[in-house]
Amino acid sequence: MAAIIEARDLRKNYNGRAAVDGISFDVQRGETFGLLGPNGAGKTTTIRMIYGFSPMTSGSLKVFERNIESHWRFIKERIGVCQQENSLDPDLSVEQNLQVFARYFNIPKRVAAERTRQLLDFVSMKQRKNDKVTSLSGGLMRRLVIARALINEPDLLILDEPTTGLDPQSRHQVWERLDELKSRGLTILLTTHYMEEASRLCDRLVIVDHGKILVEGKPAELIRTHVGREVLEVSEPSRDLIEWVESRGLEHENLVHRLIVYCKEGESLFHDISGAYCTEGCDLRLATLEDVFLKLTGRGLRE
Amino acid sequence: MIVSSLSRRFFRVWQRNMTVYRRIWKINFIPPLLEPLFYLFAFGAGLGALVGSITYEGTAVSYIAYIAPALLGINIMYNSFFENTYASFVRMYYQKTFDAMLATPLSIEEIIAGEIIWGATKSVIATAIMLVIISLFGIVSFPAGLLILPLAFVGGVAFGSIGMFFTSLLPSIDSFNLPIFLFVTPMFLFSGTFFPLENLPSWAQRAAQAFPLTHLVNLCRSLALGTLGTGLLIDLLYLIVFSILFFPLALRCMRRRLIT
Repeated sequence: MAAIIEARDLRKNYNGRAAVDGISFDVQRGETFGLLGPNGAGKTTTIRMIYGFSPMTSGSLKVFERNIESHWRFIKERIGVCQQENSLDPDLSVEQNLQVFARYFNIPKRVAAERTRQLLDFVSMKQRKNDKVTSLSGGLMRRLVIARALINEPDLLILDEPTTGLDPQSRHQVWERLDELKSRGLTILLTTHYMEEASRLCDRLVIVDHGKILVEGKPAELIRTHVGREVLEVSEPSRDLIEWVESRGLEHENLVHRLIVYCKEGESLFHDISGAYCTEGCDLRLATLEDVFLKLTGRGLRE
Repeated sequence: MIVSSLSRRFFRVWQRNMTVYRRIWKINFIPPLLEPLFYLFAFGAGLGALVGSITYEGTAVSYIAYIAPALLGINIMYNSFFENTYASFVRMYYQKTFDAMLATPLSIEEIIAGEIIWGATKSVIATAIMLVIISLFGIVSFPAGLLILPLAFVGGVAFGSIGMFFTSLLPSIDSFNLPIFLFVTPMFLFSGTFFPLENLPSWAQRAAQAFPLTHLVNLCRSLALGTLGTGLLIDLLYLIVFSILFFPLALRCMRRRLIT
């Protein structure tokens, strides 16, 4: 079956600087695909090219097997987009936000009214339909943005950092809605810099940095390949410990006040280290996608 | 590019603005209702007593009858110009309304065209209200005066287009003071609005011919007073040519600003 998105060697230059520097990937029907990376890695630029907002400098990009440059309207009619910045219409009520948006897709009034009802129900906002958008909390706004992106019953949903800035309750609410959409078979393209979110939602993902793809794979596979099963963290490690770790040739990172050891056989190593070098401040935990991310993109600040 | 990406769908953007307008129509109706009353009272009663009458196209008209049509012209300019500068800028820059629209099948050209046509529509609505008020003073000749309504649309497109052109260039909302001070205010004063252009030195008269408002006011006045002549076609042509220049220019510059 043909891919929903087929990106080949995508490039985007701003004033001679490459924001996206040769990215290629496929998104298959029904999967949730993640685009991960630090701030400024080129995630938003990439998806802006996919929903036809931003023309690419070079490369080829097909969505629904059509070329974005020549068939932008066909493509945009079939995708739903949640932009990173809140772009709800503050001049309109909650309900009107959906109905007016439906008109941009030439959706007939009666159909739009019915979908508005269903979508407000889907995001549990029925009671708020007459409220002003400006009176909504951050979590409610985000849910409304998701509802709005679904008004055209899209075949592809694009989410640019859907839970950035939300409290844990609201974040879980959003995730539950997205789980529901996933289970209905909707294809989702997602950018995030929350690794927990990516692990939970994405079937497959790429990590990008400086406009290039570093790795591609399933979250669990990426963790296994790049970090291993477990991670040992020691706070305020002693000189002796660091020397010991180095002499054993263990894969590690020394952050001065914290030592991180990536290990395949964590249990025995934990006993060795905690017995000989530290009695407290030594933790063994499961490796996460965040370990992969930090290992690959480094720990330096980006902005 | 512009031709292929500008379809009838621009109407959806117009519709969005109409929906918002109807939510707050009571507030929207007040300025065109009160503004002519203020002006007519100040200039007609206050200043008119000093001026007496003015000779226009060979006949003497009262000062109030002279300025009332100019107020209609100014009103047309203000409505579309301010709609496509401040209001459009707020939607574009602060509310991200255009960004949201760009994630739908709308093109940037349709969004901007919808905004300009909306600005012109606001000019027509405000003109209709104002025309009713001014008519109560018995200083508008009908049916010719009714032609001011379609004229409001033509003028609205002209001023909305140049307003949108400024919006595409200016970096912040404060910088709109510049076109208002350098473009709108001189026109407000020197377009044959409150005194005949003939009172000005000849160089200033010639300069005033470059102002679109001069032609719009001339048209409004002739229609309101019922003194129709073939010279009006030149005025109309000027407004149309002005729009033909600035409408596509506004679209192109907005694409350059927003699509990066």
